Amino acid sequence: MSFPWANQYQPKNPVMRWVDERLPLPRLVYNAVGAGYPVPRNLNYFWNFGVLAGVALTIQIVTGIVLAMHYAANADIAFLSVEHIMRDVNAGWLLRYAHATGASMFFIVVYIHIFRGLYYGSYKAPREMVWLLGVVIFLLMMATAFMGYVLPWGQMSFWGAQVITGFFSAIPVVGESVRVWLLGGFAPGDASLNRFFSLHYLLPFVIAGVIILHIWALHIPGSSNPTGVDVKGEQDTVPFHPYYTAKDGVGVGVFLLVFAVILFFAPNYLGHSDNYIPANPLSTPAHIVPEWYFWPFYAILRAFTFNFLWIPAKLWGVLAMFASILLLFFLPWIDSSPVRSGKYRPTFRIFFGILILDILVLGWCGGSPATPGYVITGQIAAIYYFAHFLIILPIISRTERPRPLPNSITEAVLAKKGGSPADSTLAAE
Amino acid sequence: MASADNAIPPGESPEPYLEEAHDPRRRDFINVAAVAFAGVGAGVVVLPLVNQMSPSADVLALSTTEVDLSKIAEGQAVTTTFRSQPLFVRYLTAKEIAEADAVPMSDLRDPETLEQRTKEGHKNWLITIGVCTHLGCVPLGNKEGEPRGEYGGYFCPCHGSQYDTAARIRKGPAPTNLPVPEYAFTSDTIVKVGS
Repeated sequence: MSFPWANQYQPKNPVMRWVDERLPLPRLVYNAVGAGYPVPRNLNYFWNFGVLAGVALTIQIVTGIVLAMHYAANADIAFLSVEHIMRDVNAGWLLRYAHATGASMFFIVVYIHIFRGLYYGSYKAPREMVWLLGVVIFLLMMATAFMGYVLPWGQMSFWGAQVITGFFSAIPVVGESVRVWLLGGFAPGDASLNRFFSLHYLLPFVIAGVIILHIWALHIPGSSNPTGVDVKGEQDTVPFHPYYTAKDGVGVGVFLLVFAVILFFAPNYLGHSDNYIPANPLSTPAHIVPEWYFWPFYAILRAFTFNFLWIPAKLWGVLAMFASILLLFFLPWIDSSPVRSGKYRPTFRIFFGILILDILVLGWCGGSPATPGYVITGQIAAIYYFAHFLIILPIISRTERPRPLPNSITEAVLAKKGGSPADSTLAAE
Repeated sequence: MASADNAIPPGESPEPYLEEAHDPRRRDFINVAAVAFAGVGAGVVVLPLVNQMSPSADVLALSTTEVDLSKIAEGQAVTTTFRSQPLFVRYLTAKEIAEADAVPMSDLRDPETLEQRTKEGHKNWLITIGVCTHLGCVPLGNKEGEPRGEYGGYFCPCHGSQYDTAARIRKGPAPTNLPVPEYAFTSDTIVKVGS
């Protein structure tokens, strides 16, 4: 599961040796995130975001467990219990804002992590399983975030629950029954709130479990790198500790700084003020939007305004939205180019840039009111999103002429520093 | 990570690094500084996570109780609540006061006089928290008809602790007297318990 030159765990004191012989947990940690895991020496700061996602999940779990000590999942008092947290509980405002801001930070970090994977071809063989598990984690995160947003039982919570569970009513024949079953009623109510709370508490631990599989799968071939060239020998790697623990430490510091700035100076900036109005089943807010991290998908949902073929618009919208994510499961086989890194794929690189712009446009449309201008822009952007994966990517992966790859990671690193492998052997002597 | 077979750690300058020229080593200093900074940060983060479990503002807001004594007749006792715990307010009779005063300090496990346990000029008002100091049950004896134990005060049914008319422990496993909360007479008939 590692390179033959990986450092071997040597217990430093008899206690650790005693533990290691009976339960090799210290060895496991050493081989996973210690000096026993050789990592390509040329990782850039985009490779910090996996660790940052882990930090963000930890923050969510810790603040979440603490908030659950004060929250009441009862439709009559849920909103009041959140206000109680904000006003009465010691440091409650800090913990709740940290949890709410933390959700946004988690998604920011994970989106960068995903785009890193997309650009550097981290989803390609032999790392397809890492990618597939990553998409599973992303889906679980979306479910968790949605259910968490329902818990304060404000206007956006209630109507978000109404709209999201409404997706299922688009399923032909059984849709409405499925929706009623999911909600435990005909509209979001006490039963829905309780099950959402239960699952919102459960899913983060499921995510943590899938993350373990994600890392396990990653450590079979080892980490990818910005050149996309395979590790050829010991000179291409450095031990994870201290090199990347230090580099990740710097990343965590910057991450926490950004987190703190939002948390302390603009905790409500990424939220929606309507959620400070208690849930009212008789009045829908004028402009109902999900949290920012769902905007691109929300735009795709709204893109279908007409019945097409014999399928109603509502079902098209829901299918398209789910398809936009499920598509990612097929990405390793859609992109058949043998070159991993976008750095050496001039055409791919251009279209990757356009895809990012397209997703930003989708997000902008999804967060705006459903007026004709935004809907049409959203429709065009949604078409392009699917075209990128289903038409453009298969074509460029077959026709593109990649730039010459370096022979090894070491060669690429030394070329950047203005040296050559020959110089380094000379200096080593 | 420099070693004999890998003289130049990747990513570092090939210039020889003279450790003895730096004391303490620059890297050690950075290491200690970074870990210390992170440690202080972690400590600061732990503080609110721990403190959130302390009583919240709404719980503390209920931390005083006012008792109107004008409705209580001599020899009568009422049970009210103070900080979600039973509060015994007892109007002692002259006989009960005399009984309490007659006990020599040497007989007591937790020596306190009735004077010490009541307010000056209000020796007949015994106000205690109605929670047995053994394991937290509510002793009997504050209601009429309940057993008051051998000493005429309170009797705890859980493990048989017996308190006298000054609510002092006399027999049984409880270590100390029933605690007297902080209170003050705001008028002749109104008592404010807690602060």
